[in-house]
Amino acid sequence: MELNDLYRDVILDHNRRPRNFGTLDPADASVEGFNPMCGDRLTVRLKMAGDRIDDIRFEGQGCAISTASASLMTEAVKGQTRAQALALFDRVHNLLTDDAAPCDELGKLAALSGVREFPARVKCASLCWHTLVSALNAPAADKPGVVSTE
Amino acid sequence: MNNAALMNTARSMNQAASATPATFDVMAVRDDFPILSRIVHGKPLIYLDNGASSQRPTAVIDAVDDYERHHHSNIHRGVHALSQEATELYETSRDRVVGFLNARSRHEIIFLRGATEAINLVAQSYARPRLVPGDEILITHLEHHANIVPWQIVCEQTGATLVVAPMDEHGEVHAEAVEALMNERTKLFACAHVSNALGTVLPVRRLMGSARSRGITTLIDGAQAVPHLTVDVQDLNCDFYAFSGHKLFAPTGTGVLYGRESVLERMPPWQGGGDMILAVTFGKTTYNSLPYKFEAGTPNISGGIGLGAAIDYLARLDLPGAHAHEHALLAYATEALGGIEGLRIVGTARDKASLVSFVVEGVHPHDLGTILDEDGIAIRTGHHCAMPVMEFFKLPATARASFAFYNTFEEIDRLHAAILRAQLLFARA
Repeated sequence: MELNDLYRDVILDHNRRPRNFGTLDPADASVEGFNPMCGDRLTVRLKMAGDRIDDIRFEGQGCAISTASASLMTEAVKGQTRAQALALFDRVHNLLTDDAAPCDELGKLAALSGVREFPARVKCASLCWHTLVSALNAPAADKPGVVSTE
Repeated sequence: MNNAALMNTARSMNQAASATPATFDVMAVRDDFPILSRIVHGKPLIYLDNGASSQRPTAVIDAVDDYERHHHSNIHRGVHALSQEATELYETSRDRVVGFLNARSRHEIIFLRGATEAINLVAQSYARPRLVPGDEILITHLEHHANIVPWQIVCEQTGATLVVAPMDEHGEVHAEAVEALMNERTKLFACAHVSNALGTVLPVRRLMGSARSRGITTLIDGAQAVPHLTVDVQDLNCDFYAFSGHKLFAPTGTGVLYGRESVLERMPPWQGGGDMILAVTFGKTTYNSLPYKFEAGTPNISGGIGLGAAIDYLARLDLPGAHAHEHALLAYATEALGGIEGLRIVGTARDKASLVSFVVEGVHPHDLGTILDEDGIAIRTGHHCAMPVMEFFKLPATARASFAFYNTFEEIDRLHAAILRAQLLFARA
């Protein structure tokens, strides 16, 4: 059943028990993602060690897809370099939008592939990722605007 | 109560409730709406998103089709046969609206794109030239954005202040609380007739009287009311009444502003263009009479004709029976959904139109919307363009099932069962 493909055990688990949920103080970057039409809202905070993501947290509220995607994302990018995280963003973006995109080597993130059968929900899964990219691109002194995928 | 017991309760309520409005034949009415026989994701469509937009009966589809095939031309300016036919059809629709709202004359019925445009017209043409700093516009907490933002814009333009009357935890607006905010600075009072997010029916008749006795001009946003209630603008004694056609079984892009003629006469045109003029020279333009003064440019002719056909359709319907059926649906859904453990109904006013807004613990409204959609059930999830209402209840979103007279008790049973299935799916984690 397609619904079980969307709401896989990994997704439901990360929705119920989101990893790296909370705040980081001090943070090197903090960016808010907000989809005003549906009300999903989250903040991604980063602590960098040079070019590497030393720590990452997110907090906010949203549907299971957006919460699980953010939780899985924080697990995947913690410890990665900026370039690695940006490359992962591209692969996840393809996974969410391209039926032919491969799932291999994505680990738990492959669970997000069910989302592409539900075009109305792609924006839910991608919100945290676009927010992360904005945080990675924001110099510490900058105050980037709110990110949206609607 | 376990699932089987819940289903039994639902079934016995079904039998009891479906016995009440014996005169209204819902299955016959459903045959009038071709879309209701659609299959969605392999299941019969259950359309419970009528608060966002209702469906069209064959009578409306045929009227639009007939116009497009046989009568289309521009209206009001041609001497040829098609132009006269199109004008006749379009203006007949206006007469239908006059009767539908019990307006005094066709001068009081302005055809627009929807309720939103109607409210903006009043804000810009009535309020903007009159308001000065210190003046107040009074609205209520349960308005949707279309009855908030146009007033915020005009407040910014004029220096007037927007004042918001409170609602209580049931989503009710109490007349005394609104009246307490009416004073000599209040120049305009605007409120919904029925709340789109919660279903609350406001005490508009009393509020119109209170405002009028204080010399306050009034507007009722009737977008959610016209499909469910009989509206009489003379009895309500409001100055303006706005509604959208597409919530009234008519095409999108149609809407009506009723305005008291004496008030409309004192308002300048809102937009300039063709149709709203009598004579144009580069030195001076003489404006057309009502209602055309407010109808610049070629309108949505086919949609307007569809709106007339929708009102004709409703006139042929057993409306008291339809309204009773809707109330039975509301009572049935309130009891069935209210009995689900972990489900909370948001908006529990005593007087409600037939919609149920709710949240399910552990299942976000958007996930619920996706899960129900797989069962062919269309509900709305989100903030319903009423963010202040969501903020009041400290919710980012709700799920909303909104009914029309063509919905059935069986459909509510299936909604009930699908919500239980969603809970089970999410209980896996």
